[in-house]
Amino acid sequence: MDLGPHAAFIIASYAAVAVVLLGLVAWLVFDGARQQRLLDDLNARGTRRRSARGPGGAQR
Amino acid sequence: MQTQSFTQRYANPTRFMALSGALLPWIAALAAAVLAYGLYRGFTAPPDYQQGQTILIMYIHVPAAWIGMATYALIAFSSFGLLVFRHPLADVSAKAAAPIGAAFTLLALVTGSLWGKPMWGTYWVWDARLTSVLILFFLYLGLIALRSSLEDETLAAKLTAVLALVGVVILPFIKISVEGLDIPSLGISIPAWNTLHQPSSVLRSDGPKIHISQLVPLLVCAVGFTILFVALHIKAMRNEILRRRVKVLRLAEVDRARAGEAAVAAE
Repeated sequence: MDLGPHAAFIIASYAAVAVVLLGLVAWLVFDGARQQRLLDDLNARGTRRRSARGPGGAQR
Repeated sequence: MQTQSFTQRYANPTRFMALSGALLPWIAALAAAVLAYGLYRGFTAPPDYQQGQTILIMYIHVPAAWIGMATYALIAFSSFGLLVFRHPLADVSAKAAAPIGAAFTLLALVTGSLWGKPMWGTYWVWDARLTSVLILFFLYLGLIALRSSLEDETLAAKLTAVLALVGVVILPFIKISVEGLDIPSLGISIPAWNTLHQPSSVLRSDGPKIHISQLVPLLVCAVGFTILFVALHIKAMRNEILRRRVKVLRLAEVDRARAGEAAVAAE
């Protein structure tokens, strides 16, 4: 496909969109995986929310 | 009471996580499909009689600018929901949307500059439209910086919400900067600023001024970018809810450790 005399500007524009959006997606995916891993670790250690504990701090 | 019970029932974080987890893959796939179709239509459309193939930049520049502005409106709406209704998801929504809105606004600025150079002969001019969009980008950075600079999350949420509501004045300014505003019945007449940026070709009271062969791919790309934004926003909100759950559990763990130490000391 012939992009004409201004091909470099068109390619640079699409490259910028690809880099920024793929970077955003990657950040969100890795951040989500990290938060889920941290949450799973805490749950595995038996940590419960304060509101989920019984009287005197015993965990339910 | 009806509204409160509805939001408590259908828009609480637990229900949001369950529903969004099921929908997110489908929304992401739909965004990819619609964007691919829109770009296919754009790349197979005839070149513009004046701009040639640089019209291809329009299919990413215009949707990015629309999403950049719409995201700020969403943040302002969510901030209002936080300050007035104290809705549990409102702050999550506002916080999650800021980096995404900043990214789309940055893309509007970058692709606009790359489109401006071959068409206007310059990457940048300090006119009202370009400068007001740059201010919008700085507003996004301000929201992100303000929130991250305060350790107290409740205070950070409130201050960020106030800044978001104050900053919403930039949105009509961006529109008026090129179009002007004329409402004779209210006695309002604001002239358009001198600018290189063209007036709106799509959202006009007298209908779109763009050829159908370019209008269709533009609208399809705009829908695709909007669905992509929805997918990104849902994912960012899910991450934020997980982050808050981790924080609550860590605090609970610290409490538990302190209680254990106190019990040992008492013995």
